[in-house]
Amino acid sequence: MTTLINRGFSRRSVLGAGVALAGTLAMPAVLRAQDKSLKVGVYGGYFKDSFDKNIFPEFTKATGIAVESVAEPTGEAWLVQLEQAAKAGQAPADVSMMSQTSTIKGQATKLWTPLDPAKIRNFGDLLPQFVSKYPDGTIAGIGAVAWYITLVTNTDTYKEAPTSWAALWDPANKDKLGLLALVSNSFLLEVTAKTFMGGTNALDTEEGILKAFEKLAEVKPNVRLWYRDEAQFEQALKSGEIPMGQYYHDVTGLAAADGQPVRSTFPKEGGIQDSGNWVLSRASTKVDEAHAFIDYMSQPAIQGLMSRKVGTAPTLKRAVLDLTAEEFAAVSSEIEPILPRYDLYTTKSDWLNQKWTELIAG
Amino acid sequence: MRRERPQSFADYTPLFFPGLMLVVFFVVPFSTMIAVSFFRRDPTGFYTRDFVFDNYARFLSTFFGGVLGFSLLLAIGVAICCVLIAFPFTYLLTQRPRRVQTLWLVGLLSVLSLSEVIIGFAWSTLLSRTAGITNLFVWLGLMEAPVALLPSVWAVLIGMVYQALPYTILVLYPALIRLDPTLLEAARTLGASPVRAFLNVVTPALRNTLVATVIMVFVFALGSYLLPQILGRPQHWTLSVLITDQAIYQSNMPFAAAMAVFLVLISLALVGLTLMIGRRENAT
Repeated sequence: MTTLINRGFSRRSVLGAGVALAGTLAMPAVLRAQDKSLKVGVYGGYFKDSFDKNIFPEFTKATGIAVESVAEPTGEAWLVQLEQAAKAGQAPADVSMMSQTSTIKGQATKLWTPLDPAKIRNFGDLLPQFVSKYPDGTIAGIGAVAWYITLVTNTDTYKEAPTSWAALWDPANKDKLGLLALVSNSFLLEVTAKTFMGGTNALDTEEGILKAFEKLAEVKPNVRLWYRDEAQFEQALKSGEIPMGQYYHDVTGLAAADGQPVRSTFPKEGGIQDSGNWVLSRASTKVDEAHAFIDYMSQPAIQGLMSRKVGTAPTLKRAVLDLTAEEFAAVSSEIEPILPRYDLYTTKSDWLNQKWTELIAG
Repeated sequence: MRRERPQSFADYTPLFFPGLMLVVFFVVPFSTMIAVSFFRRDPTGFYTRDFVFDNYARFLSTFFGGVLGFSLLLAIGVAICCVLIAFPFTYLLTQRPRRVQTLWLVGLLSVLSLSEVIIGFAWSTLLSRTAGITNLFVWLGLMEAPVALLPSVWAVLIGMVYQALPYTILVLYPALIRLDPTLLEAARTLGASPVRAFLNVVTPALRNTLVATVIMVFVFALGSYLLPQILGRPQHWTLSVLITDQAIYQSNMPFAAAMAVFLVLISLALVGLTLMIGRRENAT
């Protein structure tokens, strides 16, 4: 989630010794825990701060494994670093939070140690999109965090909430939209395919993709701002300068709770669900600790805690969660999400990028 | 004072430090970039060492040609606007008492302390429909309803001129303050009006300074990538914006490097051309 990653890198807080020691003193049964530790790579900034504060101390308390969190740089730089370190037998982090696209790219070089589903108690409760598999069916990654990009509107300008992504194409909304500027983070091709072409399978062929581009080109006159920096759009949405667009569901909800005239709507075609996985570097020797970590993070109680404290959408089925209807609606929806075609961004990335840039800047 | 040619090795020593800095901060990074621009892009990873022309070939298209052309025109536009505003302004400034000059220069220097981000957001607010300057016009009865003045190419131009203007003035100031006042006195004695004296005497006397200033502002404006994004539409994005996209978001370093090398070469060629034309005119 670039929105959160870009909020800048935080201090590198090492939870290490202090917390581990406190844990062992409190629970003599896990005295051995002193030498049990795990290095976890997390998106720097907002995510790392929230995890350091709300999640990792709880994990250490429960398992006696000390967590040293490492701030990951944005983009694919972390994948490249892990890859090069693994060639030298090093693991800058044992477990890392990894975007779906990077998870797939890492599979090509077998960078991820396959995970054992038997060691993850709630494996059966995970939603299918949160299990990333190697072509042979072994597990490369398990969903770590997820978030929604939805249709957002200014409530002063739009008294009624729109119901469909088709509102982006409505000629009445000329020069009123703010959309994300990159093909790989706006996922508008998927939105086009789901709204007008019967589903994202329409993007299987290049002809299908070109058709989606053609349909998407009709949106252009309605777009006032193609944004990379979300502060730019958020401000304009709140003031009504740009009254409609795509934005992060949880952030919009927080702004609305603050009294801003904004709302986030899950269109009937679904919100866009983006996510990241937990992956284990093949150079790491801490396979048991890593499984304990992923097992812990995938529990209903922890997923609930993350939804409340970090604002992420749960990776587990709704039925097993302890979230109230209100808490659930703040981060997710039961309308089937639009799932990005991450495979396209690995196999056709340059081609898509070129077509996209020509579409919006041409 | 006569300047002597350096005689011994020791006479060259003052050049070592600037030379070293030039190597460390320019030659090494630029050579690395040239090398990377020939590497092979690996879509699943980063790049592999190689010697291919693919990255340059991809750039040679009407689309990128258009973007490059727009970037150059925009930078030239900014440079000319800046000099047109800054030259008369600086000239009038040098005619003021010392205290007034100091105050103005301090004010201009403080504008330099603003970052590009702050300038961009300030102008986007100032040109917006909800809080912008047109609200003032409506209040004054000049307009019916407030309108948004951005995104547009004019908004981009205004923002970039605002950003580059203090530099322009600070570059022109030393030349104008050192201008021999007797030149003007002679022109006035011979009956020229102040405007005529400025246009026919001051301007030609400082022609080389003006050309150098235009070039400096041009190069400065060419690197701008934030203001076009904040104040413009995608068609107003400069090549620098696309380079950033490739380098940061697409992890396509070879292509980003190729575009950057191309941009540097084209701007060097333009600068060279300007200097050559200037020299030829001076000779005649």
